[in-house]
Amino acid sequence: MLPGLAYFLVFHYGAFIGNVVAFKEYVPFDGLWASPWVGLDNFDRMFSDPDFWHATGNTLFLAVLQLIFYFPVPIALALLLHSLTSDLTKRFVQSVVYLPHFLSWVIVVALFQQVLADTGLLNEVLGQAGLHTVDIIGNPDAYPGLVVAQVIWKDAGWGTIIFLAALMQVDEQQYEAAAIDGAGPWRRFWHVTLPGIRPVIILLLVLRLGDILTTGFEQMLLQRQSVGPEVGEVLDTFVFWQGIVGGDTGYAAAAGLFKGVVGVILVFAANKVAHRLGEQGVYK
Amino acid sequence: MERPKPVTKAAKAAAIVILLGLVLVPFLVIVSTSLASNREVVANGGWVLWPSDPTLRAYDQIFSGGVVSKALGVSVGLTVLGTLASLACTTFLAYALSRPGVFGGRPVLVLVLFTFLFPPGMIPAFLLVKGMGMVDSYLALVLPVLINVFNLVVLRGFFQGIPEELYEAARLDGASDWAILFKIVLPLSKAALAVVGLFYMCSYWNAWFHASIYMESTHWPLQQVLRTYVMGGAQIADTGLSEAGNVSAPQTMQMAVLVVATVPILLVYPFLQKYFTKGVLTGAIKS
Repeated sequence: MLPGLAYFLVFHYGAFIGNVVAFKEYVPFDGLWASPWVGLDNFDRMFSDPDFWHATGNTLFLAVLQLIFYFPVPIALALLLHSLTSDLTKRFVQSVVYLPHFLSWVIVVALFQQVLADTGLLNEVLGQAGLHTVDIIGNPDAYPGLVVAQVIWKDAGWGTIIFLAALMQVDEQQYEAAAIDGAGPWRRFWHVTLPGIRPVIILLLVLRLGDILTTGFEQMLLQRQSVGPEVGEVLDTFVFWQGIVGGDTGYAAAAGLFKGVVGVILVFAANKVAHRLGEQGVYK
Repeated sequence: MERPKPVTKAAKAAAIVILLGLVLVPFLVIVSTSLASNREVVANGGWVLWPSDPTLRAYDQIFSGGVVSKALGVSVGLTVLGTLASLACTTFLAYALSRPGVFGGRPVLVLVLFTFLFPPGMIPAFLLVKGMGMVDSYLALVLPVLINVFNLVVLRGFFQGIPEELYEAARLDGASDWAILFKIVLPLSKAALAVVGLFYMCSYWNAWFHASIYMESTHWPLQQVLRTYVMGGAQIADTGLSEAGNVSAPQTMQMAVLVVATVPILLVYPFLQKYFTKGVLTGAIKS
């Protein structure tokens, strides 16, 4: 127990205390503790910094896009997999669609570049077929779509696991009863399947809402350069760029702390809403 | 229940084929291009779907002792040692937290779960690692990510699922806590250990961000090299063979690095895949 506990004390709680740097003007030479206190100056500066609001806007925009376009995909995919009658096919398809989850973002982004860049696979095929080629990689207009597509490619398959489990727990007898009552496939889906997996959907939705300010740090960081901060900057990359690249440590820590606090508030709020809806949520 | 209509069946089959294609075709292109000859790559505009004249020259070049070989060594070492350390620490803590009546068990659990809700933040973590003098040390790539709370919860849930009678019987036989852990709990938890082990392996193998901020380029793991040379488009100059004059096209070499970075995952994956659902679910439901 001790090494594990020590890890949490040092690298989580120890690091956590380091957040005081958000209230200081960090001078590397003096170190964290000797640097002068500046009160809420960093936060004042942040709230009047258009770049910060821009990053916040991008973060929220991408998060909402993912909520609309990514969130339903694993559910649909799980329903598709669940409806397969052949066990062998089912298991094979599952193995294939889980796989991308285990690749690093570097690999996923590189793969997408190979397929979708100016000289990539897609444009080569389009060009040979005499069609219009499309510029996707490095095109700011296409960036939000690209990002969501990458997330779907990488994690939609993996995301089915929990829904599949929920589907397996739906009582077979309910289907039969509904069928006897004359419910067609759609009605059975609507009145038996969906209510059966509702708690899981709400649980994941709560988690997702709490995490809304975190939109794939590594994925964004890897591609921020190719589209520029105008569309590519999110809160996490903002913190990274200001603090670690730019050396504006106190300021970046303030932005990070702001993000953390808002995140916690969102989790509590989303969980409250889940309770109101009569669901368990993440915790009681 | 009635049999599905043929239309539904056809639509499903089509959806499945498209799905498999979307995942598998990119892999095929990468592997094919890495095996293609220069002439074919250039003629085809940078990619090849099926090499007519496969050659391993790109692999020869990246393995001949340059940046990539070195990074591969770093990645393998880091993954093996990191996974062992993480798995051991996670197991011990999860075991202690899974037993009722351990001194301080409850507060420690709350302490641990709280970090899940409120991570310390990037800048404080960065300052801490720097402050501890771990810059350009491999410790900086292991210690800050030693235990993953999700993995901990999965293991704890699994340990709690072991019947209480087994613990009691062992205790009556005079077994110590360690003996119970090693002789009873761990052998029964192979599925969960396999899954958690795979998760740790993947995260160590895939890590590049910490390496990019803490490490000198001579100590980079493979993913960071991949990022610089494949994504960034920099030429892999230092391959050790470049003076031979018979250098592969940059695309083939890049694709070869991509393959090398992916293959280990593909190798371990099938062995562990059957444990996924079981392992993930015990954790997800218990939490």
